[in-house]
Amino acid sequence: MSFSLGRARAVLVKELRDFRRNKFIIGTIVVLPLIFIIVPISDLFRAAPPRLQTVQVGTSLLLLLVAPVVMPATIAAYSVVGEKEQGTLEPVLTTPVRREELLIGKASAALLPSVAIAYLLFTVVVIAVRIGASHVVVDDVWQPQNFLAQALFSPLLAGWAIWVGIAISARSSDVRVAQQLGTLASLPPLAIVALIEYQVITPSVTTALIIGAILAGLDALGWWFVGTLFNRERLITGRNATRATRRRVAPQEAASST
Amino acid sequence: MSADPWFVKRQIGFGWRPAAWQGWVITVVVLGSGIAAVIVGRVHKSLLGYIGLLAAFGLYALVASAAARVQAGARATATAAAPTATAPASAAPAPRAIATAPAPVRPALDTSRPPALVVDHLTKRFGDRVAFQDVSFTVGAGEVFGFLGPNGAGKTTTVRTLGTLIAPTSGSAIVAGMPLLPENGQAIRQRIAIMPEAPGLYLRLSVRENLQYFAGLFSIANPNERIGEVLEAVNMLPRIDDLCGSLSKGLKQRAGLARALLSNPEVLFLDEPTSGLDPVATRDVNDLIEGLRRRGVTVFLTTHRLEEAQRLCDRVAILNTTMRMVGRPDDLRAKLFSRALVVATASPLSSPANVFDSVKGIDGWSLDAVQDENADASTPPPDGGARYVVNVSDPKAVAPELTRALVAAGADVEQLAERVHSLEDIYLQLVNEDVEATHR
Repeated sequence: MSFSLGRARAVLVKELRDFRRNKFIIGTIVVLPLIFIIVPISDLFRAAPPRLQTVQVGTSLLLLLVAPVVMPATIAAYSVVGEKEQGTLEPVLTTPVRREELLIGKASAALLPSVAIAYLLFTVVVIAVRIGASHVVVDDVWQPQNFLAQALFSPLLAGWAIWVGIAISARSSDVRVAQQLGTLASLPPLAIVALIEYQVITPSVTTALIIGAILAGLDALGWWFVGTLFNRERLITGRNATRATRRRVAPQEAASST
Repeated sequence: MSADPWFVKRQIGFGWRPAAWQGWVITVVVLGSGIAAVIVGRVHKSLLGYIGLLAAFGLYALVASAAARVQAGARATATAAAPTATAPASAAPAPRAIATAPAPVRPALDTSRPPALVVDHLTKRFGDRVAFQDVSFTVGAGEVFGFLGPNGAGKTTTVRTLGTLIAPTSGSAIVAGMPLLPENGQAIRQRIAIMPEAPGLYLRLSVRENLQYFAGLFSIANPNERIGEVLEAVNMLPRIDDLCGSLSKGLKQRAGLARALLSNPEVLFLDEPTSGLDPVATRDVNDLIEGLRRRGVTVFLTTHRLEEAQRLCDRVAILNTTMRMVGRPDDLRAKLFSRALVVATASPLSSPANVFDSVKGIDGWSLDAVQDENADASTPPPDGGARYVVNVSDPKAVAPELTRALVAAGADVEQLAERVHSLEDIYLQLVNEDVEATHR
């Protein structure tokens, strides 16, 4: 049987339904954006020459990119260990759902709200800056490369955070530990983005695309790595199948050998 | 304006949540105005007036929604009362297609179909630890097969292995017609269903949402229709929109069973389905399994409850890391215990040897071991009577002649019946043998 979009969609719908009644996840989705929207705006409104508005703009825009990292990491870190704790993982693994379908469904459920919120935050911030910040700051923020960076980096950073979160979740036995580790482990790629935002690397469309390609490569690596971890036996028992297991013979062969 | 509530109280968690688009608009406006107040208030204090207006609108909308909620509540009460008044006198209760179907007669096994399970020398080890070893058995199509064994015997690991969750270390199996191989995992899972000991429902989702999810995973066409059928079968249709977190353990087990039935599986694995249930809930689940048997579903039942296995299962297997015995309970009795007649008399026989030796077909006799644990053969039981166990190869042939011999000897016979060993006797005999073997 091949990959089924229907099964992946079933996973996505279930995850979203579960999230909306999960206080911890709702809290994360509501509280974090409030922080990520208030702090950059208040910083940008206060920024004015001769202060280092370039640094402040860089910091603020970078902070906006932390949102699509922290939110999906928190959600993804819950995705497997949360099911283990509820005892729902085993029934799911006994269905025909493929590993790829389960992973795509869970990853989409973390990606879609996170990226949507990240775009919304950016939109609100740039509009607020246009209304209330000084002209110098407006000129600094309203640059095409900033828009491109947000549009491109938000889903790619979120993708990395999701694979890291799911990988940690698959190996954890405690939701909170998984979420803390997942958030920490998903932050390093932000360093690359910071180079653009602080204009250490000269910001341009080409630079943004190159960094985007690097992040996409990291995402692909993460997908592959999580795929290797997502083994039914390992998830149920905490152990991998032995080599002898993989070489086991078909019944007809067994019968003829005896 | 719709009378549906704009906000509803959360069934899990605290507070209220939007339930209609008006509720969402209000929520966004209130949150948005709060955020805007913080942002804009720093620069354009004159805009605070507009924000105040927005907040006032939000407040008005909340009050209006509360009024709508009260109206909707009143309407719901009226609607709930209406069917009771108009229902016809002959209205039947909700049907229980599986549980209460008539004719509790055990159908003959369908031998025209290939076996549902063929297990051949299957072994699973975790490192040095043996979960189960050299297990072989066959389960026919439509059979209810009991899988018994003490804790840690390897029952659940066997179920997980046959369910393709765990790969065997050696041996082979055919599950629902497919060889148990990694490349067949998905196809096997499409044909079987497993209900683990804990039903594993999503507690924050309703019963309907739980089943919709699994219907999607099994790619079931017309999922809502099928969900209705299985919930009706387990008599849970009225609870379809209840959150699973609010269900009792028995109802969760029923919902888990409904979920397992969704895909109309060829083989249904039930792992301790009545574990932790009270007697009433246990009876309900057992009735459901009985119903499945009548429908010809192959059921692989692991259980600790021996009376349950005795009542429900066509055949049983007793596992204690290795397979100890497989067969019908009657066949297991015959293998383990000699056949015997139990004779109870009002007073001890004066010469039991003369009586029993005079009857053809008697292989030996003894005082009932239960009464005679610490006494010699001549000691009468406390109530003054005596019970004798008479070993025979054909109880039906021997019983009439033995009765005549006892009457001729002047015995006051209170009872003469064939000794019946329960499944518990069989189980304890086998498990105790293992314990003794371990100690030797």
